[in-house]
Amino acid sequence: MSRPGERTHVEVRPAYADSVALLQVSRTAQALPGVLAAQVAMATTLNVEVLEQMRFAVPAGTSPNDMVVALRLTADADLDLVLHGVDEALASLRRSPARTAGGLAPHRTTATASRSADLGPVVVSVPGASAAVEAVDALEAGRDVMIFSDNVPLAQEVALKRVAAARGLLVMGPDCGTAVLDGLGLGFANVVTPGPVGIVAASGTGAQQLLTLLDHAGVGVSWVLGVGGRDLSEEVGGLATREALRRLDAEPGVSLVVLVSKPPAASVAADLTAYATALGTPVQLALLGPGRPDLTAAAEAVLHHLGRPVPPWPVHGSTRQRPAGASTVRGLYAGGTLAQEARLIVAAAGVAHEILDLGDDDLTQGRAHPMIDPTLRLERLRAVAADPATAVVLLDVVLGHGAEMDPAALLAPAVAAIPAPVVVTVVGTAADPQGRDRQVASLVEAGAEVHVSNAGAARRAAEIAGGAAWRS
Amino acid sequence: MEVVNVGADLLADAVEAQATVVSRVDWRPPMAGTEADLATLALDPLRSEANTRALDAMLGVTAHLVDVLPASEALGLQRGEFLHAGPPLTWERASGPMRGALMAGAALEGLVDDPEDAVALFESGSAVSLEPCHHRGTVGPMAGVVTPGMWMFVLEDLATGRRTHCSLNEGLGKVLRYGAYGPEVLTRLRWMGDVLGPVLHTAVGAVRDSVGPIDVTAILTQMLQMGDEAHNRNRAGTLMLLRDLSPAMVTSGADPRDVAEALRFVGANDHFFLNLAMPACRLALDAARDTEGSTMVVAMARNGTDFGIQTAGTGDAWFTGPAQVAEGLYLGEYGPDDANPDIGDSAITETAGIGGFAMATAPAIVRLVGGTVPDALATTRRMHEITLGENPRWSVPILDFQGTPSGIDVSRVCRTGILPQINTGMAGRVAGTGQVGAGLVTPPAEIFPLALARLAELSRQRQAASTPR
Repeated sequence: MSRPGERTHVEVRPAYADSVALLQVSRTAQALPGVLAAQVAMATTLNVEVLEQMRFAVPAGTSPNDMVVALRLTADADLDLVLHGVDEALASLRRSPARTAGGLAPHRTTATASRSADLGPVVVSVPGASAAVEAVDALEAGRDVMIFSDNVPLAQEVALKRVAAARGLLVMGPDCGTAVLDGLGLGFANVVTPGPVGIVAASGTGAQQLLTLLDHAGVGVSWVLGVGGRDLSEEVGGLATREALRRLDAEPGVSLVVLVSKPPAASVAADLTAYATALGTPVQLALLGPGRPDLTAAAEAVLHHLGRPVPPWPVHGSTRQRPAGASTVRGLYAGGTLAQEARLIVAAAGVAHEILDLGDDDLTQGRAHPMIDPTLRLERLRAVAADPATAVVLLDVVLGHGAEMDPAALLAPAVAAIPAPVVVTVVGTAADPQGRDRQVASLVEAGAEVHVSNAGAARRAAEIAGGAAWRS
Repeated sequence: MEVVNVGADLLADAVEAQATVVSRVDWRPPMAGTEADLATLALDPLRSEANTRALDAMLGVTAHLVDVLPASEALGLQRGEFLHAGPPLTWERASGPMRGALMAGAALEGLVDDPEDAVALFESGSAVSLEPCHHRGTVGPMAGVVTPGMWMFVLEDLATGRRTHCSLNEGLGKVLRYGAYGPEVLTRLRWMGDVLGPVLHTAVGAVRDSVGPIDVTAILTQMLQMGDEAHNRNRAGTLMLLRDLSPAMVTSGADPRDVAEALRFVGANDHFFLNLAMPACRLALDAARDTEGSTMVVAMARNGTDFGIQTAGTGDAWFTGPAQVAEGLYLGEYGPDDANPDIGDSAITETAGIGGFAMATAPAIVRLVGGTVPDALATTRRMHEITLGENPRWSVPILDFQGTPSGIDVSRVCRTGILPQINTGMAGRVAGTGQVGAGLVTPPAEIFPLALARLAELSRQRQAASTPR
């Protein structure tokens, strides 16, 4: 399927690497001389579709356990040189101990890797269908487990959490993006100072918003225990939330616990309230939903409880004029809870909106989360920019450990190309590896108005789009 | 604190960036289509405890040599009944070496005068029957053919009285178990029946009655520290057995020339102890059988056509696939085209955690099976990835006395794609040839997902039965 002046090369290799690593390899390959397009991916159903859309023919009989190296080159490109570049990029992924003569090969399962006496936590980010298997290994080894993977069946989540409850262990997740264990960040976690607040979160980005707002107000957080978005459902019954509350209650350094979640199922609410009331440490509920306080309000309530002043939430830069005749707020979010919050605020203001959570399970099957891989958002952003109905574009940029190293590098040029006003929430701290201030500066320079409060950003977007003025 | 990371390296990098040690799992997708079954079994409430019980039961057994008896007495084997290695097999599907061994057995039992005439006998099937050794508390190396007149080692778990059996080892080269049936094969077998069996019967009985039966498990413990892996190298074990038996052989009252010949035969046959290692392994593994919910493999066996496994949680069911041809070194002029697919019950040693699993302890034979010393160390370490635990008795000095990898877990095989490593001899493809080489072989991968599917099915049935409607 080559066109004149180009040639394609597709090969199948019996090898495996995770999707994030292969994303890096593909990017490296795309930058090699003579490469028009390159995709190195495991041959999952989704990736095969992507390859076919890219006009690569994947050989029949290729299985999801095969790696496909697909290259489109200029006619005069040196294939051997490009393949050498791909091989080098793949080789650089292998940082495990030497597999050479008599050396120790890396463990292949969580069970065997967990045999040491150390009882540190296990972070699971394998595909959802295999996550429970690794998580059980962790629990059987007496370790807590954070399940970053999404697409884990609900029945498996319930079963895992029952096993954990019987052993006094904690299952964070599935789909748990953020945890901070006594200052150690797992998954996507912002760099914050230690402090008196402990967070139990059914929402990763919700917890990150709270972390970063409290950080801005000078309040430290030493513990964030994620529980997964479904923990407070009737089926799961708050099993992980209860264990997380018990853990934080037992931590001498924690003087206030904040529970961030959607409102629990009715059957779970009473039970959990009774449990929280019986604890020695006060528990403040930050239950998100229509007609309820937003995350910024929750952060303010924490500050009130601690007797700390509420600072103004910073806004950087200013926006362009709304295009005439356009009235829709278009949101493209990486953070699910942030998207949900923006949707509620914009809807309450009576403004037309279309706010997407690009980290939704349906969109991430077989590919990396938008906080790691910006490709999906950049594609959608082009469409949104071209749509004359777009009155304002609302975005989030989530910083911290694990997140994309320089999100503004690709996002700022895209923002600059959008004719409509752009409002961005940057969820980050000054100490985050990406450098929050640098990220904010380049987005402002590209013409965006940057908020640290997502609720503030959403209200501002609604205002620009011409809705009723927000009254708090 | 050490964090274990399984999945995206990016998340491990983020933890390392915070000056925390990360142990990275080299995770790969499981065998195709096994995800749901693996999850079912991972979350099966019986599995963990059942596997612990199965492993402990296996590790708790010590095997003692209590007797040497003809198969007719030890097993009640009748004239015309033939035992063979591996899962069930018919004459029609039998490979060359299996047919050759059966033909030799028929001649030895006097069912035919000329082994060649036995072909018609087995084709008609009227006066003969075939049954796996495994179904009669027995294990047989290579073709594993047992007839009523053959003398058998009888091993017992003294705590329970359970017994297992194995024939006497004939040595290497042109022998029945490799499918040879020439006159020299039959002559040797007759001498074993007339002289060696009775001498051993008397000597084993005398030792048993004076100082107690020989502890075969204890000899295995020692030989594993002396360079034997107890499948393809049994030299130290054989000599230790001889040390324990020879005084009683000398005083057995048999003709001194017969005793001398028996001593010479056993001492010169480096594999003599294999036929004790195998039933000792079987005796230990049998203790783990019928443990509901356990995913541990209790038998791996090959009949020259099929490779079969049984698990602790699936009763007597065999999960079979085509036996593979070993890779290794060939004797003399023989080459890969001369080799028969994998054959024999001797993979019971690997099932119990020795043989290929203990390759690290037998550097002397790595060349025999076409490997290197680093390969041997890596093999034993790799087997720990698919086993439930370690044998506290059987340790490997060069791996800092780590116990041998014990209790193959079907789930772990499907998860990692790591197949059990078996050391083996190779029989000639054509009946009557004998041994053509030795090497390394693995089971066909597809039998593990088959066993997994059955274990998961049983788990779902238990789940359904315990859930109120």
